[in-house]
Amino acid sequence: MLSFILRRLLQSVFVMLAVSLIAFSLFRFVGDPIAQMVGQETSVEDQENLRDRLGLNDPLTTQYGRFVSNLSKAEFGYSYRTRQPVSEMILSRLPATLELGAISLIISLLVGIPAGIYTALKRGALSNALLIATLIGISVPTFVIGIFLIYLFGVSLGWLPTFGRGETVALGWWQTSFLTLSGWKSLLLPAITLGIYQLTLTMRLVRAEMQDVLKTDYIKFATARGINYRSLYMNHAFRNTLVPVVTIIGLQLGGIIAFSIVTESVFQWPGMGLLFLDSIRYVDIPVMSVYLVLIALMFVAINLLVDMLYLAIDPRVRLKGAHG
Amino acid sequence: MTALLNIENLSVKFPTRFGEFTALDSIDLAVYKGEIHGLVGESGAGKSTIGAAVIGLLQSPGYISAGRVLFNGDDLVGMDDDTYHQIRGDRISMIFQDPQTSLNPLLTIATQLIETIRQHSNVSRSDARQKAISLLKETGLTDVETRIDEYPHQFSGGMRQRVVIALALCTDPELIIADEPTTALDVSVQKQILALIKSLCAERNIGIVLITHDIGVINEITDHVTVLRSGRVIETGPTADVLGNPAEEYTRALMAAVPRLDKRLDRFRNIVSDDELNSDDTDWHIQDASAAYASQWLLSNNSSQQRPSAKSDNNHDPILSVSGLEVTFNSGQPGWFGKERGFKALTNINIDVFPGEVLGVVGESGSGKSTLAKAIVGLVNPSAGSMMFKGDDLPPGRHRSRKHQARRQIQMVFQDPYSSLNNRQTVEDIISEPINFYNLSTNKTDTRKLVASVLNLVEMPQRAMLKYPHQFSGGQRQRIAVARALVAQPEFLICDEPTSALDVSIQAQLLNLLKDLQQTFGLSILFISHNLAVIRQMADRVVVLKNGQLIETAGTEQFFNSPSDQYSQQLLRETPSLTF
Repeated sequence: MLSFILRRLLQSVFVMLAVSLIAFSLFRFVGDPIAQMVGQETSVEDQENLRDRLGLNDPLTTQYGRFVSNLSKAEFGYSYRTRQPVSEMILSRLPATLELGAISLIISLLVGIPAGIYTALKRGALSNALLIATLIGISVPTFVIGIFLIYLFGVSLGWLPTFGRGETVALGWWQTSFLTLSGWKSLLLPAITLGIYQLTLTMRLVRAEMQDVLKTDYIKFATARGINYRSLYMNHAFRNTLVPVVTIIGLQLGGIIAFSIVTESVFQWPGMGLLFLDSIRYVDIPVMSVYLVLIALMFVAINLLVDMLYLAIDPRVRLKGAHG
Repeated sequence: MTALLNIENLSVKFPTRFGEFTALDSIDLAVYKGEIHGLVGESGAGKSTIGAAVIGLLQSPGYISAGRVLFNGDDLVGMDDDTYHQIRGDRISMIFQDPQTSLNPLLTIATQLIETIRQHSNVSRSDARQKAISLLKETGLTDVETRIDEYPHQFSGGMRQRVVIALALCTDPELIIADEPTTALDVSVQKQILALIKSLCAERNIGIVLITHDIGVINEITDHVTVLRSGRVIETGPTADVLGNPAEEYTRALMAAVPRLDKRLDRFRNIVSDDELNSDDTDWHIQDASAAYASQWLLSNNSSQQRPSAKSDNNHDPILSVSGLEVTFNSGQPGWFGKERGFKALTNINIDVFPGEVLGVVGESGSGKSTLAKAIVGLVNPSAGSMMFKGDDLPPGRHRSRKHQARRQIQMVFQDPYSSLNNRQTVEDIISEPINFYNLSTNKTDTRKLVASVLNLVEMPQRAMLKYPHQFSGGQRQRIAVARALVAQPEFLICDEPTSALDVSIQAQLLNLLKDLQQTFGLSILFISHNLAVIRQMADRVVVLKNGQLIETAGTEQFFNSPSDQYSQQLLRETPSLTF
């Protein structure tokens, strides 16, 4: 089992190297960095000097090596736009995005899984209503849902704030909105907006997988052995749906955090997505490349986590991995 | 003595889009304690429906439309599901067909057994575990104390079926419904499992309903038998009486269709008149197309000048010669740090097939029969050895060009006709594909005529070419697969278990057809089967494979009368057979 994890880790390193190469090439191919840094009246000699000082005349491989080693030391350089260290900018934005992603994931799982199981087991008006509702959830674009929620709860009813994070409390460098009422209030609408797609997907996936599993021989055999329905559905059937469900939820979670851009801009949520959007507008290449690397790291970490979950769920993977 | 299970006038119906389908029609049946009652019939006879109706798990939307199911005098029909669910497992248990799929893959054997025991009796976890261990021992599992905490996939098929039986027994039921309990198992394992079921039935004095399509199994272990057809009881009585002296024509025909192990027959008796052919089907013709045209076309194929007419004449050079063949599969992915570990599917195989001969290949699952076939057609790449076809070197699949003559001359019929035909193509598309690919016809009209004729040749109506595979039964599909192989004008045909997915009567038809075609066209056939009786009917010579090794090669008569190898003798002994 250890070798399985080691092998996955090694694979992850290669993925990260590939991504860092792409991030590195952003600097080279999205315009000349010197031209963006200096004003028009800077002399050519000064430009050459700067180029030399920044190491841009070194061979590409040396530059790439330096880039990777800086990344691994969490030295991300400075933003072209704000002249701040990129690491500071990211750290100040990261908690907002992670908190938003976590809450929307929890909402989607807490509602999606029970609803999926329910609709798989029971036929009736409630099941149909749920299925139709999720069909709407899956087909209406995120920003429309966001705007609708703002209109309903923010404008018409006036219950919840429509933008920003509300009051936050600092836990070291981590600004959390979990500790204040206004923070929770502000979190609710964007989290629902972001989670609704994941929720519908989870529900439909759980439902489809449950329906397949319920047709298998081992469920029929367990029914014929008189195993009580609660254990039959939860312990026997639901566990068997987990492998595909965990895979998809994992992939989606990465997507939620990486591409929360739309939701963040609708709710003016001060997270990474909004930062990325601004960086694109001002061609802020250092921020963009670091963002790219971080998102890739997150995807890789989530996938690693999903692989570990497979090990926990399915003995067949576990034992194959043991001597693989 | 009152019956343990008494089924009276039971009818089961399935509503469909086209009206109600009657799966069971007024069935009467009585099962007593300590006896094994066999239900036998072909697919669609309603055997499994009876089992499902008794345990109250009829596939929705099926329902019981009339009759009673009396279990110890209580009527189970109309019982509310909660009460019924108490009885399931506790007093009535079930054994399913495929041990590979009937155990939950994510739970250990111990968990599944203990949960079932504790579901039905109020015992502690450790007591339940003790009981589980002693039960597994009783079913013949070895090393139980350690193996009980393993997962189902760590057991072989036969071992799993023992676990399934232990699960069915662990609540001390009064009645067990065994639905094809040995169909998915090899003969040697089948023999052991049947013996186990028989001894448990006698020792524990439980009633067993044994559902099977295999009359050999019925003959081996049942006390009573009921023959079913299309949801009706054809005949019922003590097994020796029914099989020894069948009163009904259908029973006799069903028995006659079972290939015999003890002698070779020229032809099987047909018991089914052809599947519902209406005049629409038979009246539709393509101009000039006929079975005779197809035979003539196949015989006139240029490479057939030296077709041997008599197959006794074995002095010819072999049409196919395999020497030193070895196939290695890599099990799983090769590790990054570890060495590649290979699994040898075939080791040092030497086989000659002579022109016009049928060579039977027998062996249990995992013996490498199918791998051999795949290596010859080029679907699997051998790791060593050489093959000769018609005196020329036959390159392995990787190096065999698309236009290599042998690709046309060697054709294959696969085991499962449900997955070997593309459901999105019409039968015409399917059969004309080889014609087009090998440029065997000059124009479209000709191709259509050939397709229609070859369908006639395999005893299908010409109109079949307009339909899709899903509109046909298993036997008809397999005939379409044979037609597709024939139309390439092959000289060498590989049949990989062509009848093992089919009912005996359909199997009889298909074997008759293959025999006819073989005789007419002097085809050389490599006929693979796990069923020794089928091999006896079809093959001129037999080779036996075991764990990828060649055990014995012999003439059919010699093999069946006095096999020289010990393993072959064992195989023959363990095959259930009809002695009547």
